[in-house]
Amino acid sequence: MSTPLLEVRGLRVAFPGQEGLREVVRGISFTVGCEKVGIVGESGSGKSMTARAILDLIPPPGRVSADRLTFAGQDLTRLKPGERTRLRGRRIAMVLQDPRHALNPVMTIGAQLAETFRLHHRLSRGEARRRSIEALDAVHIRDPERVVRLYPHEISGGMGQRAMIAMMLAPGPELLLADEPTSALDATVEAGILETLDELVTARGMGLVLVSHDLDLVAAFCDRVLVFYAGRIVEELPARDLAQARHPYTQGLLACVPRLGERRRELPVLRRDPSWAAS
Amino acid sequence: MAVASEQDGLAGLTEEEPRAHGALRRLLGRVLSVIVSVVLTVFGLLVVTFFIGRVVPVDPLLAVVGDRAPEHVRVQAAVELGLDLPLWRQFLRYLSEILQGDFGNSVLSGQPVLTDIARFFPATLELATVATLIGVCLGVPLGVLAATRHGRWQDQVIRVVALAGYSVPVFWLGLVGLLVFYAELGWVAGPGRIDVVYEYSIEPVTGLMLVDTLLAGDHAAFLDAFWHLILPASVLGYLSLAYITRMTRSLMLAELGQEYVIAARVKGLPERLVIWRHVLGNIMVPLITTVALSYAYLLEGAVLTETVFAWPGLGLYITQSLFSADLTAVLGATIVIGLVFIGLNLLSDLLYTLVDPRAR
Amino acid sequence: MSTLSAWLTTATPASRAQARAGRFYRGTLALLANPLAAVGLVLVALLLLVALFAPVLAPYAPDAQDLAQRLQPPSAAHPFGTDQLGRDILSRVIWGSRITLVIVALAAVTVAPIGLAIGIVAGYRGGWVDRVLMRVTDVFMAFPRLVLALALVAALGPGIENAIIAIAATAWPPYARLARAETLTLRRQDFIAAARLQGASHGRILLRHILPLTISTVLARLTLDLAGMILIAAGLGFLGLGAQPPSPEWGAMVATGREFLTDQWWVATMPGAAIFLVSLAFNLIGDGLRDVLDPRSQGR
Repeated sequence: MSTPLLEVRGLRVAFPGQEGLREVVRGISFTVGCEKVGIVGESGSGKSMTARAILDLIPPPGRVSADRLTFAGQDLTRLKPGERTRLRGRRIAMVLQDPRHALNPVMTIGAQLAETFRLHHRLSRGEARRRSIEALDAVHIRDPERVVRLYPHEISGGMGQRAMIAMMLAPGPELLLADEPTSALDATVEAGILETLDELVTARGMGLVLVSHDLDLVAAFCDRVLVFYAGRIVEELPARDLAQARHPYTQGLLACVPRLGERRRELPVLRRDPSWAAS
Repeated sequence: MAVASEQDGLAGLTEEEPRAHGALRRLLGRVLSVIVSVVLTVFGLLVVTFFIGRVVPVDPLLAVVGDRAPEHVRVQAAVELGLDLPLWRQFLRYLSEILQGDFGNSVLSGQPVLTDIARFFPATLELATVATLIGVCLGVPLGVLAATRHGRWQDQVIRVVALAGYSVPVFWLGLVGLLVFYAELGWVAGPGRIDVVYEYSIEPVTGLMLVDTLLAGDHAAFLDAFWHLILPASVLGYLSLAYITRMTRSLMLAELGQEYVIAARVKGLPERLVIWRHVLGNIMVPLITTVALSYAYLLEGAVLTETVFAWPGLGLYITQSLFSADLTAVLGATIVIGLVFIGLNLLSDLLYTLVDPRAR
Repeated sequence: MSTLSAWLTTATPASRAQARAGRFYRGTLALLANPLAAVGLVLVALLLLVALFAPVLAPYAPDAQDLAQRLQPPSAAHPFGTDQLGRDILSRVIWGSRITLVIVALAAVTVAPIGLAIGIVAGYRGGWVDRVLMRVTDVFMAFPRLVLALALVAALGPGIENAIIAIAATAWPPYARLARAETLTLRRQDFIAAARLQGASHGRILLRHILPLTISTVLARLTLDLAGMILIAAGLGFLGLGAQPPSPEWGAMVATGREFLTDQWWVATMPGAAIFLVSLAFNLIGDGLRDVLDPRSQGR
């Protein structure tokens, strides 16, 4: 972890609202190396917006600013829009939440994969098709020759997400952002997807940022955890130390998770203190 | 749903037998309901034209024999038409005549209305087709531009251009076009389909002047036909452009926020491909319906445009018949245009099934 | 002024009238915030004023002939020139605004009730009544509007009344569809069931409960359609099927100008430009209104 892959200093994302600009990400700083970093927090805490801001994918009225935003030593804020586009996919990619919406419904899985391969590797049609089938095989999709001919609505959510992972890893990026990659899926397929993700990321020595609202999952899967609250990072700690979290918000989040074999009269309600957001 | 493993989803798919069976039944059901709907609509169309032809006019005979016919001719015509029969029997007669392709005779030409229509229809077809091509080739890019520059000046300018297309009286636009581009600038040819010089040398094979002149191998005649066509087609094309631009814009805007668009950008796809391959692929189906509807809409604009440009199509046929109080001919042409309308709707429905993988 | 705007924008209106006035006020503000719609509103206001004060504004009588002054180009005496009978085109255009407004207004007040009646009855009764009425609606929608209007006028005979009838007869189907859709969502709601349990008759429910709630949607849609009606009316006039000469109907005026197009361009151009401008004004308002009424388009 000598030179971090991604360095973020004072990142802000704001949207114009009825009472002026409303900041949804309010000056956050963190680094990611070739490791697995988890981002947890409630809905609306700015997790997804952070991931999208890194990729320069905040839709028009939204504004992004950062004191420092570097990727592998390259200052992203100084890049021209075209250069920023070329960085996407090739060096930083993102797995989106719901494969049912994130895969193009009118293109076959094979066409979407092959398109990505041809875009980044200048392959012939046949070659791209062969690589697509290999990529689907690598994410443990059974019978990939058949799946490449199917449309997104013809496969299950779990398969869709595997295909999405294959597609995003196709250009060989160094950093993968995963924005709640399993929350739209059945709980039963979650473990399998994460296992595959872990296997591929480790094998390629990539960095991974896993955005999730599931504390247990992040604790089990990641090396380090960032806890988001109202657009700020309130706590950063190694995943294995999550149980010893000091910040009251993190403690509150942990206390909300029901444990097996535990008897409680009612689940505690998360306590929120406006001063956390202000600090 | 507690599926044991996601791979079960695949296992479910491999049982293709019952799935195909269900799909076939669904397809049959759809085809049947489409057929029933088309038959009922055509029936309704004929009820309306019957009503307009026989019930609305004070004197239905006027349209058939003219206003100077002697009494015995009128009586004979009344019996021939079955005007002495009860209304429902008259309708049955009308229905069976129409179904046999007998639309009555035109007072103006003395020929069967259907023969007349067959002669006039290709000109309208040619005009509307070229106009639609103009509308699609300009309207889709303009709509895409407006959507991708949403709220900026490009969007506003395109909005005004499209709204002007909705607002302009097409007959006036045609006249102004003739005044400027024909009379003043001399860039295009005047009214009509082709110069008198070529008129009798070109053999009508398809009835489409551009095609016929090419078939005849007459290069000069083809160019002449083209310069006659371009102005009326542009005037009509502007109407189609206005409609297609607005529809493309709003369809694009609805899609641009979708997740798959973001995914395509994440992959590193250049914006050009994101828009033209991914987004356009997804709005293709409603866009086809839009184009089909605009084509039908042009049949309407054609009535006025053809009158202005003396373009011998169905529209001119209708207006000329109107001036000679030839209701039979007007209604015959109305039925044909109504049928084309229904046909275009049906066609866009069928194309929908072909283009959208989710509908298969 | 500030108390009035406070009364209008309050979040807790004290009466139904205040709530309505407030909604209208906010809608108007939103509409005026759109510069294009504001231009449209100004143009329509101008049209209304011109029609209202036609006798004052028009420099000549619309049918005052002066054969010595025939086909004069635009000048200070005749800003829009004169026609083949030496009539002042500006005066005729000014008087023609009345005809246009009358046609549109009459067509609109005919169309809305027909569409509403068919739509709410179909939606409320459901079953075979709904199927038959909607099939009839589909049939009318299967005709291109102008062609059906032409056929109707051909049967009825030319004239301004028949043109209005033809426009109304061809314009109602979308309104019936709209009113039906609204009624379908309303008829399952609890307050309708409550009214029925209290013994309200079907007629009472339709007239007192469903009609008031569907009417605003239909009226909003109607404003989007006014431009289309103006164009069809002008088209009929151009074909000689609408208002008959010597009445200064704009479409008919364009038709007379056709003969003199190459040498006396103003005869056809001026009234045509008037049609274009008025129809554009209505379309600009309609377009702005669509943005105001469609909650999805807000903030986009």
